Amino acid sequence: MTNSKKNRIKDKLFEYFGIACTLFGLVMLAIFIGNILIDGLTRIDLDFLQNLPSRKPEKSGILTAWTGSLWILSFTTLIAFPLGVAAGIYLEEYANKSKLSSLLEVNISNLAGVPSIIYGLLGLEIFVRVFSLGNSVLAGAFTLALLILPIIIVATREAIRAVPPSIRAASYGLGASKWQTIWHQVLPASFGGILTGVILAISRAVGETAPLIVVGALAYVPFTPSSPMDEFTVMPIQIFNWVSRPLHGFTINAAAAIIILLLITFVMNGIAVYLRNKWQKKISW
Amino acid sequence: MTNELNYILEAKNVNVYYGDLHALKDINLKIQKNSVTALIGPSGCGKSTFLRVFNRMNDYIDSFKMEGEVLMHNQNIYDKKVQVDELRKNIGMVFQKPNPFPKSIYENVVYGLKIQGIKDKEFLMNRVENSLKQAALWDEVRDDLKKSALALSGGQQQRICIARALAVEPNVLLMDEPTSALDPISTAKVEELINELKEKYTIVIVTHNMQQASRVSDNTAFFYMGDLIEHGKTEDIFRNPKKERTQNYITGRFG
Repeated sequence: MTNSKKNRIKDKLFEYFGIACTLFGLVMLAIFIGNILIDGLTRIDLDFLQNLPSRKPEKSGILTAWTGSLWILSFTTLIAFPLGVAAGIYLEEYANKSKLSSLLEVNISNLAGVPSIIYGLLGLEIFVRVFSLGNSVLAGAFTLALLILPIIIVATREAIRAVPPSIRAASYGLGASKWQTIWHQVLPASFGGILTGVILAISRAVGETAPLIVVGALAYVPFTPSSPMDEFTVMPIQIFNWVSRPLHGFTINAAAAIIILLLITFVMNGIAVYLRNKWQKKISW
Repeated sequence: MTNELNYILEAKNVNVYYGDLHALKDINLKIQKNSVTALIGPSGCGKSTFLRVFNRMNDYIDSFKMEGEVLMHNQNIYDKKVQVDELRKNIGMVFQKPNPFPKSIYENVVYGLKIQGIKDKEFLMNRVENSLKQAALWDEVRDDLKKSALALSGGQQQRICIARALAVEPNVLLMDEPTSALDPISTAKVEELINELKEKYTIVIVTHNMQQASRVSDNTAFFYMGDLIEHGKTEDIFRNPKKERTQNYITGRFG
């Protein structure tokens, strides 16, 4: 066999290997989703969304869980969005390229990799105890906001970096200040990217369980939150609670709740993709 | 003393460093009012750096360091008292590649005025019309002011950038190879424009194109390796250069 023949065979082999690797993940996901759909789809109806949790699986619903998730997400976004974007702008536009700023950069990247349970412990100490927010929506939201802050900062910086320097030069050249340049040119041009990052970060937060358990989200809450200081539960905790119960009816409930949770995640990712495409089309250099 | 008044900008013993690189070496040059001064020289000779010294655009480069003075109306523009944004309202700039904002033609032209806080619609519209007329673009875009500037051709985009710079009514216009990304017809239009604009403005232009320098400029300064080799009236530089290096460069023997 000649060398070039060998090379071609190797080429083909690697192609098949690559396809197999790609399919592995997808097939697993498909099996998982299929399984869940078979188990849970028939359980989903309006009552399921409107009922409070109950000892009887067929009477249980996820009202407190999804409203809790909504409360948590809203407040997490309100806290993390301005903080993360402002920090990203500072690091990218204002911070001098000094040792301190590169130290900050390394640390932010590291923060993105810190296990979420540790954020939970931090939240328990600082928000629940020091700030005495108790087991409230606000304490949970602050904790999750800390968790997704690094993701938002990194996404913001990348989006800002993608704005061509020539646009900044043009703005400065006309006598604009740094902030005017950021506000009128850099942010509008990078907003699509920033928004995409924020939505992806939030859709990560919606699935977080560990930090919220530590902060004190309850598995059984017989009412929906009506203020940020109320106790709460969220979807993943409700799911975890049901899965760990012996009664088969609860397993079906868990499957149904998973479908809703997946739906929320997919919709949010979809919005992120849509926004990215829309803004990219609008601004082409 | 009357002679002094004819100069609007003066570089005095200007040295520029980028880290260890000595990019401009002890440059002394006066820019004549209401004239076109061409800065020529091979790539990396420091002519663009020198152009950017006048509106302090080098300030954004981390390793940039400057010594010496640049005087405008006897005021050193590198003095701590000078506000950079005020300076840039007085000294406009047109860049190598057309860089309109991803906004409408109208918004592009009024940007410099709006950031000054001017909101009067009639005033803004007047400026838009005047600036676009000065940039010889009004007739082409008068009905499309709401259209995105990015939808225009490269030559039109560059004239938008010129109009945008003129809208804030500067005294000096710096042009950094303004036609290097344009086709010959657009280039001819921009050159024609430069000839008209010098009635009202002082223009400093960096160019790689010797013919362009001889066509549009009144004065020429030749840079080589960070040194100002020779400067004077364009005719003299191109007909009777005093230095051999200038002679070699303008005749195309190197560069």
